[in-house]
Amino acid sequence: MNYLKTFTNGLLKENPTFVLLLGMCPTLGTTTSGMNGLGMGLATAFVLICSNIVISILKRLIPDKVHIPAYIVIIATFVTILQMVMEAYMPALYESLGLFIPLIVVNCIVLGRAESFAAKNNPFASFLDGAGIGLGFTFALTLLGSVRELLGTGNIFSFRLFPENYGMLIFVLAPGAFIALGYLIAIINKLKSKNA
Amino acid sequence: MKQLKSSFLNMAVVLTVITLIAAGALASMYTLTEEPIRLAKEQKKEQALKDVLLPYTRLDEPDTINGLAIVRAYNGDTFVGAAVESSANGFGGTIKVMVGFNQDGKIVNYSVLEQSETPGLGTKMVDWFKTKKGNQDIRQLNPSEVNFTVNKDGGDIDAITAATISSRAFLKAVSDAYAVYAEQHAADGTSGASPQAATMNPDSLAVDSTLLKDTITVVEKSIVKTNSKPLKRR
Repeated sequence: MNYLKTFTNGLLKENPTFVLLLGMCPTLGTTTSGMNGLGMGLATAFVLICSNIVISILKRLIPDKVHIPAYIVIIATFVTILQMVMEAYMPALYESLGLFIPLIVVNCIVLGRAESFAAKNNPFASFLDGAGIGLGFTFALTLLGSVRELLGTGNIFSFRLFPENYGMLIFVLAPGAFIALGYLIAIINKLKSKNA
Repeated sequence: MKQLKSSFLNMAVVLTVITLIAAGALASMYTLTEEPIRLAKEQKKEQALKDVLLPYTRLDEPDTINGLAIVRAYNGDTFVGAAVESSANGFGGTIKVMVGFNQDGKIVNYSVLEQSETPGLGTKMVDWFKTKKGNQDIRQLNPSEVNFTVNKDGGDIDAITAATISSRAFLKAVSDAYAVYAEQHAADGTSGASPQAATMNPDSLAVDSTLLKDTITVVEKSIVKTNSKPLKRR
């Protein structure tokens, strides 16, 4: 097994947002700014890495018929731990992400990687897979968040590039999320087809 | 090692053990983060109080009038106003604001504690109503002296562009806060002094209550005076 390939697989080839189109709810819901996208991506990556490692360690001990409830309990534990840590040490980010943090439990990327990768591979490979997919998700959310923030308010990471009055407000609202995501996917597909 | 069989006993034991470990991990994490979470919340509230009130040296214990929390502030023994926490239903959920008033019932400042308005529109309320521009600044206004509604409803305050519902909710929360503030003034006026002030600091009881009485009568007089001649802002 090629460990490097396992890691880079999640970044571009199987990028959860741009290629697999998984986890669309937090993708569209939290990316109103680059900072929010980055925070949400890192939070998901943390849960993904932890749950991948634990599940791949325990995979033989969990009987097949109860593997879904067992996985969900493990994932939910990490999400709740993350939620409490964020509330304690990053209250501002915790507030702006709000409900989307507890919703990581039902993020299909996390359970999907547990099912399709961690349950079949060793802990180290699972860690790399979690890190790759998690960083790919973070990259996608940060990119989408930055694009929306720039077009909508003229800022990037709260750094002003042009006056707010020239911003297209729709990009900060829900429809803008769909438009921006659509164009980003199109651009990435274009780039990928050139490479192939 | 081979995969564990899905027998009834195996399933029950494995699930029980996993949930027990999870519960243990969460419980220990909870005790670890309990203190920092409480501190962070307290700090936020303290910062909000500092932002919305005139400089103060002492705060009363929070009091509840009509379901809204009110905190009276004193500089030494002088009453310098009170902060009221109020809320209203905005466009995207509950808006929670803290509004500080000075002795005369004028708004010193406000702080939005909680809101889920539309980003880029309603969220502007955080700064909008303290920006000196047109008629949007509500600081130094006494809600009873002006028509405290948005201009679209014939009021004296400029609403946030394209966020009238959020602006309405915000102004409603602020006027609710003012109603509570005015009520506490009336209540203190009849009882003579704030009971909290007396219990909090018995040494300064005499000074405190007389001073407070004086301030209140002055304030009441000024309210009566200003109410008799309607104020035009434009």
